[in-house]
Amino acid sequence: MFDTILFVAFPYVAVAVAVVGGLLRYFKDRFSFSSQSSEFLEKRELFWGSVPWHYGVVIILTAHLLAFLFPDAWGALVANPVRLYALEITGLALALMTIVGLVMLIVRRVQRPRINAVTTWLDWVLLVALLAQVVLGFWVALAYRWGSDWYVRTAVPWLRSLVVLQPNIQFVTALPWVVKLHMLGGFVLVALFPFTRLVHVFTVPVTYLWRPYQVVIWNRRPGPAGRRV
Amino acid sequence: MDIRAQVSMVFHLDKCIGCHTCSLACKNIWTDRKGAEYMWWNNVETKPGTGYPTLWEDQEKYKGGWEVVNEGGKPRARLKLQGRFGALANIFYNPYLPSVDDYYEPWTYDYANLLDAPEGDDQPTARAVSQITGKYIDTIEAGPNWDDDLGGSTIYAANDPNLAGLNEAERAELAELQRVVFFYLPRICNHCLNAGCVAACPAGAIYKRGEDGIVLISQEKCRGWRMCISGCPYKKTYYNWHTGKSEKCILCFPRLESGQPPACFHSCVGRIRYLGVLLYDADRIEEAISVPNQELVEAQRSIIQDPFDPKIIQAARDGGVSDAMLDAAQKSPVYKFVKLWKLALPLHAEFRTLPMLFYVPPMLPVLARVTGDGNYEVAGAADHSLAPLLSSLDRARVPLRYMANLFAAGNEEVVREVYRKLFAVRLHSRSQQVGDVPADEVQRALEIGKTTPEEAGAIFRLTARPTYQERFLVPPLHREEAIEQTISPYKERSETGFGFLETPERRW
Repeated sequence: MFDTILFVAFPYVAVAVAVVGGLLRYFKDRFSFSSQSSEFLEKRELFWGSVPWHYGVVIILTAHLLAFLFPDAWGALVANPVRLYALEITGLALALMTIVGLVMLIVRRVQRPRINAVTTWLDWVLLVALLAQVVLGFWVALAYRWGSDWYVRTAVPWLRSLVVLQPNIQFVTALPWVVKLHMLGGFVLVALFPFTRLVHVFTVPVTYLWRPYQVVIWNRRPGPAGRRV
Repeated sequence: MDIRAQVSMVFHLDKCIGCHTCSLACKNIWTDRKGAEYMWWNNVETKPGTGYPTLWEDQEKYKGGWEVVNEGGKPRARLKLQGRFGALANIFYNPYLPSVDDYYEPWTYDYANLLDAPEGDDQPTARAVSQITGKYIDTIEAGPNWDDDLGGSTIYAANDPNLAGLNEAERAELAELQRVVFFYLPRICNHCLNAGCVAACPAGAIYKRGEDGIVLISQEKCRGWRMCISGCPYKKTYYNWHTGKSEKCILCFPRLESGQPPACFHSCVGRIRYLGVLLYDADRIEEAISVPNQELVEAQRSIIQDPFDPKIIQAARDGGVSDAMLDAAQKSPVYKFVKLWKLALPLHAEFRTLPMLFYVPPMLPVLARVTGDGNYEVAGAADHSLAPLLSSLDRARVPLRYMANLFAAGNEEVVREVYRKLFAVRLHSRSQQVGDVPADEVQRALEIGKTTPEEAGAIFRLTARPTYQERFLVPPLHREEAIEQTISPYKERSETGFGFLETPERRW
C-alpha cells in the first residue's frame, strides 16, 4: 500500500502538478520564466559552479532518458564489459562533477552577500532537493555497481508502466532504499518544477540555431505577411 | 528594394553642456526600480574617458558588434561574440559579460540615522548602503559618471580605447587637454538597423518594430540568457539582476505614440537633440555592413533614401509605410543633418550595427593651447582675419584621428569634411551677423567647406535657432489604429501602450 502511494500515486500527482502548474504559470505569468542568472553579480565562482553542474547534469539526464527511451539498444550497449566499465566510470565522474559544481554554487549563494540578496526560499528548497538527488545518485552508482545495466531492468519497466497507465511496481519494490529515494527524488523535482526557477529548463533556446539574426515585428502590413523578418 | 521607416536621432555635441538633465529625466521615468538602479538608459560621458560601463568601446574585452570575415572570397559580417552553437555552449557562463562592478554598485544613504541616532558626542552621519545587498559600503569605489569632467583623468582618460594610433606627441597634447578641454558624449540606445543585441539573443526576445524601427526587448520572451549585453557593442542593454530580464531604452514609445518626443529629448537643456524619420533600404543592410572600415560611414549614408524621390515614395508605400510617416520623413531634421548636409556621423561605425543615432562632432575648443610660459593662446589669434581657422584642422588640440576613431571608423577625411563645413557655417554666419569677415574669405570658406550661402544659412538656423517643432518631428504612429485588430483601442489606451501591467519583480 505504502509502495503504491510512493511509486504510483506520487509520480502521477507530481507529473500532474508539473503539467498543470507549468502551463498555468506559462500562460498566466510568462514574465516569471527566466534563468534568473546571477552571473552579472558574480562571475568567477559561478564559472566553477555553473559550468560543471550544468554540463554534468545535462549529460547524466540524457543518459537516463536514452536508456528509458531505448532500453533494448541500451541493454545491448552495456552487454559488453568494456563499454559497461567505460559508462560506469564516465557516469561516476560526471556525478562527481555535478556535486562539486552544485556545492560550489551553494557555497557561493551562502557566502556572497550579493548572491544571497537574489535568493528566495524556493531557491533554497530547490538547491537542497537537487543536492540530495545528485548525492543519492552518486551513492547508488558507487554502492550498487552496474546501474547502467540494472536500471534498464528495474526503473525503466516501472517508468514505462506508468507511462502506459498500467502501473507495475514489482520491478522497484525490492530495491534498496537509497535507490528508492533517488527515484522518488526525481519526482519531487518534477513536482517542484513549476514553482521554481527550474522552468528555465523548458525554454532552452534551440530555435537560435536556425532563426534569422534580425527580428522585425509589424503590427499590420499590407499583404499576407503579418510578421516579416 | 525594401523601404522602411526609422525614427532616428541627431545629437549636436557642440551644444551639449554635460548637465545630465536627460539622464535624470530618463531615470525618473524608467529605471528608478529595484534591479534597475544601476541602469542609465541615457547617460552622458566625458571624452576622453572610459565611459559607462568602463571601457565599453573595447571590443577585445566585450566582443560586441560584428566583424567581417572572408567567406569564399566574399566579405561576410558575423557576430564578434560567438556563432549559433557557441551561444548555446556559453549559455551557462558568458565569458564576455560585464559584471556589475564594470558599471558600479548602486547605493543609497542611511538617512534615517540622521534623525534617529541616539544623542552622542558626534554628529550622526548617513552611511552609504548598497542597493543590492542592503549592507553598508565603507568605500564607494565607482558611481554614475565617476569620471565626469575627467575626475581622476590619468586613471580614466588615459585608458580611452579611442586613443589607439595616437603618437607620443599627440598623447602629450591630450595630457595637456586633460587640464583644459574635454567634451561630452550623451548616449542612448542607437536603435540600430543591424542590431547586435537582436542578433545575439538566443530566445529571439529582442525585435525591431517594423513601423518605426524602435528596438525593444519582450519582457515575456526574455529568459535572462544575457547574450544581448555582450552582443550590443554600445552596452545599451542592461541586465536587471532582480527580475532576471534584460532591459533597454524604449525610445519612450508610449510618449512617441501620443505625439511627444522622448523624455531625454524633451528635457535637453542645450537643445542638442533632434528627432525625425529616415527612410532606408532594408535590402542593402548586408551590403552596407560588409565594406571596409574606411567606407562604412558612406555606406551607411548610401542606404538612407531620399524621401522626395517618387520611386522611393512608391516603394515605401508598397512596403506599408504610411503617408504620415512619409510626410514626417520629408520634414525630418535628421535627414538634413545626416544625408543632405553630411554633418552628423554614426558613433563607432566600425561596430557595424548601423546605429541610427548620429552625432555632429564637437568643434570647440580645438585650437587653444597652453604655451610654455603658462599662457592660454589661440592659434592664429594674432592674425587679423579669421582665415587661419580654415587651415587649423591639422593643428587642432584634439587630434582629428581621435574624432575619426569615435565618429568615422578611423576615416579622418570624413571628419575633416564635417569640420570644414562647420567652419564655413560659422564664418558665413559671422559675416551675416557681425559683418567683420571679408567677403572673399567667406567665399573661400564656403568653397573649402563644399557648401553654399543658402545651405550654410539653413544649417545655422537649424543648429542655433530651431523651434520645438523643427527639432522634434514625431510622426503620428497611429498605434491605436495599428493594434485594433488584436486589442481594443480602449484597452490599449488604459494600458498606456504596454499591454503589461504586472509589477516587474521576481515572484517565484
